[in-house]
Amino acid sequence: MELLIFFIFGGVAVLAAFLMIISWNPVAAVLNMILVMFCLAGLFVLLNAHFIAAIQILVYAGAIMVLFMFIIMLLNLRGNEPIWKSRDKNVLLSFLGFLLAVGAFIKLFSTLKASGLNQGTQIGEDFGTTALVGKILFTDYLLPFEIASILLLVAIIGAVMLAKTKID
Amino acid sequence: MEMIQTPEINLSAICHILTLCVTGLLILVLDLFINDQKLLPFKIDKKLLPYVALGGVILAGISSMNDFGPAVYAFNNTIAADNFAAFFNVIFCIGTALTIMISINYMEQEDLNHSEYYALLLFATAGMMLMALAASLITVFLGLELMSISLYILAGFNRAKVESTESALKYFLLGAFATGFLLYGMALIYGATGSTNLKEIAAAIKGDTLNSATLLYLGTGLMVIGLGFKVASVPFHMWTPDVYEGAPTAITAFMSVGPKAAGFAAFFRVFLVGLGGITDHWVSLIWVIAALTMTVGNLTALAQTNIKRMLAYSSISHAGYVLVALVAANEIGSTAVLYYMLAYAFMNIGAFTVVIVLGKKGEENLNLEDYSGLASRHPLLGFTMAVFMFSLAGIPPLAGFFGKFYIFSAAIKAGYVGLAVIGLLNSVVAVFYYLRITVLIYIKDPVREFPPLSISPFTLAALVIAVIGTIQLGIFPSWILEIAQSSSLF
Amino acid sequence: MEDFLITTAKVLFIFGLNMGVFAPLLTWVERKQSALMQDRIGANRADILGFSMIGLFHPIADAIKMLAKEDFIPEGANKIMHTLSPIICVVPALLTFAVIPFGGEYVIGGKHIKLVIADLDVGLIFIFAISSLATYGTVIAGWSSNNNWSLLGSLRASAQMISYEVAMGFTLVGVFMVYGSLQLTQIGAAQESFFRWGIFLQPLGFFMFLACAIAENKRAPFDVAEGESEIIAGYFLEYSGLKFGMFYMAEFLEIVTISAMVTTLFFGAWHIPFISSALILSMLSFLNETLANIILMLIHISVFWVKVIFFIWFQMTIRWTLPRFRYDQIMKLGWKILLPLSLANILVTGIVILILQ
Repeated sequence: MELLIFFIFGGVAVLAAFLMIISWNPVAAVLNMILVMFCLAGLFVLLNAHFIAAIQILVYAGAIMVLFMFIIMLLNLRGNEPIWKSRDKNVLLSFLGFLLAVGAFIKLFSTLKASGLNQGTQIGEDFGTTALVGKILFTDYLLPFEIASILLLVAIIGAVMLAKTKID
Repeated sequence: MEMIQTPEINLSAICHILTLCVTGLLILVLDLFINDQKLLPFKIDKKLLPYVALGGVILAGISSMNDFGPAVYAFNNTIAADNFAAFFNVIFCIGTALTIMISINYMEQEDLNHSEYYALLLFATAGMMLMALAASLITVFLGLELMSISLYILAGFNRAKVESTESALKYFLLGAFATGFLLYGMALIYGATGSTNLKEIAAAIKGDTLNSATLLYLGTGLMVIGLGFKVASVPFHMWTPDVYEGAPTAITAFMSVGPKAAGFAAFFRVFLVGLGGITDHWVSLIWVIAALTMTVGNLTALAQTNIKRMLAYSSISHAGYVLVALVAANEIGSTAVLYYMLAYAFMNIGAFTVVIVLGKKGEENLNLEDYSGLASRHPLLGFTMAVFMFSLAGIPPLAGFFGKFYIFSAAIKAGYVGLAVIGLLNSVVAVFYYLRITVLIYIKDPVREFPPLSISPFTLAALVIAVIGTIQLGIFPSWILEIAQSSSLF
Repeated sequence: MEDFLITTAKVLFIFGLNMGVFAPLLTWVERKQSALMQDRIGANRADILGFSMIGLFHPIADAIKMLAKEDFIPEGANKIMHTLSPIICVVPALLTFAVIPFGGEYVIGGKHIKLVIADLDVGLIFIFAISSLATYGTVIAGWSSNNNWSLLGSLRASAQMISYEVAMGFTLVGVFMVYGSLQLTQIGAAQESFFRWGIFLQPLGFFMFLACAIAENKRAPFDVAEGESEIIAGYFLEYSGLKFGMFYMAEFLEIVTISAMVTTLFFGAWHIPFISSALILSMLSFLNETLANIILMLIHISVFWVKVIFFIWFQMTIRWTLPRFRYDQIMKLGWKILLPLSLANILVTGIVILILQ
């Protein structure tokens, strides 16, 4: 059962990611990306990380992708014309790139399969709960957690500095 | 409700980072009151804020110097305040202090005098310090991001200039991509060893309790890409010339010193402490990167006509020399890097200061030709530029010479004679383009009118400090080398 | 199997109540309420054989009208997206009810039954996560309609919803801190005694949450996204028939959700002031345990829904009392007043908790 759900989520995620890349329509690309985020959240739930799953949807699907949509609407990309142009005469290069990607994937897959990572890890009863995540953040990773706040502050300043029409 | 037992909070171990962050926040808050003086009991002027920043950096530098001594591990082993970190932190503080000093006049001249500039410089420095202090991959990552995001913004600070915006965008897109590689590498290493702590990673490698060796190697490779990008090594150097050229010159000076040193601090710490057990697996990769970086950097620098681009390629080649020390992976190498980064901070910021001094708003005089005959009009300025160029070229008795000397001797001692030879050949190539500027300055006739110089006292001070540093480190290297030796990772 | 049946029963109860009772009835309530406040009679035309039943046939007439109308998709619109967006609007509004408890825990036939569909550990975050998806419904609706007014409406809507989502999240942090849990069943259970109700412990949180929630739902005074007098109807301008009805349904369902959340978080959930469950059970001690528990359960369910209905009425009243804000006022309120206030609320709550320890 769990394996079945895994393959559903995993399969849809891969498919949606693929559709996201090949779609000309920016909104369709964004929607597919939201679907990817959803499936990832589903995979997190399968891994017992409920808190991360909820945050994944809240932050990525709910907040960040909305901003993507917002920008698309502001630029009024209607999806009638391609938003980027493909370069001409790169058939050979793309073929070589494709071969490289496939080769790398096969190699990765076979080595990972041989590396014996498929035995499960024992996890505690309260694994993935909000309480435990919070506890770890405020004990083991206290400093990184605090630094992250400075990081976000800097990002905010940057957004304001680079986007504001007139700085006073 | 169960109470959380917070771990021991050792604020003294991150005293310098706190100083920088608090000063940065203070500047941001004070800036709010500039337009609304009624709310404050005392008057403040916009011109005052750079000095606040400078004071913060100097305080942080002093507190970094206090860190020399026995290593302190704090915050559940996410940071390691040892001599290695302290030495790097002092370098960062010197770099940032010099940058602020040359910025005060430059930013006013370019109409860019916003207080956010200084706050971001301080935050970037805090990020660099965090990278030097990092004893855990998470801290490395956060420090790197704090530094990088600040730099993306600083690179695009001159919004009226298209080149500046382009440089910020380019830096951001490529940097974000490189960060992705780095993070993925960290994730794989975590998967392989079950820990993000460098010591535990080393223990897992040593005790052979890896989940999967393949994952570890994959992760190591990806981390080389991520960190290689940040220190601008070939083939991850494409961004460097464009970003250096477009960014405000003061920021270029900053970028070529601090973040590069921070990248190396993280590089050395992660690869020598965390992944020291699998040196055989990564050393040949770094060998190739080091050789490529030196060669490509120097050969391309030959062809440049713009001084900022030339210095960009020169900084790429210097990254190659430092990577030689990483390949050597011994005590001399580690010592040499500390010495070299300090010397490099002085001479490179010095060179950029001369570039700034010779520029005016809208007319930056960035062509090499513009330097023709500088010595005949401004003999002292010409002399300082010559000093920096000689030092960068590695001509004794200046600081750059000893740096290179120790790095190559480390490589020879570790048995990498081939790499040392490549490095020496490259130094010869480098002499050509550095000397070309000196020749222009001293022998050629001026092609343009040099206006009377108006150097502000702080720029002058920065220049004097840089010259003294470059000469002093070259003539009396021993005391700094002693400190560096006690700070090496081995 | 038994568990499955119980869960199915709970789902059916919530679904039936929302879709069968609240959604249609609220259209009528809204009309009646507006008529009442504007001193009109209102909503009394629909009748069967002359009986108008104070307008109660209107929902039925509405439903028939919507089903019979032409489902129009404008030229140049993206058909798939155009059809998808009303669904995206309704689904999150229904999904959030999965974690809202409509009663406590009861022992019936030796089985412990919790009156909540899914008692998630992440509770409230789940609600935020799901309701944040509702933005897509409006955004895609406006984008896919190929109409400038629609696009303007959805631009306004998305900006407003993102802004208020931030503040809404922060207003509830105080509640988490006070009750020490994100789980709505635990928050509900913690409000057994009257003076532990959220409204007393987090008074500021309550008002800010209500404001944010109404803004999230884009109802007056925050209805610039629809703004009939400025941009006709905003994002659902190009919708007709059942799809148009679905947008309305989503709005009404969200009113119910907001009321249920306010009840659970700030107004003692299923508890009656000063009358504890133990007291009721002891009064019913002459009955056997199962029967007493069933009666208690029914009391609690009705108490919960009475509170919910009160807050539905309250939102309707606000809707017809306040005029529409200007757009910049909405943004100012969200970012410059509510957000700093909610942060201050967190700070003060933290300090008080620290002192009381």
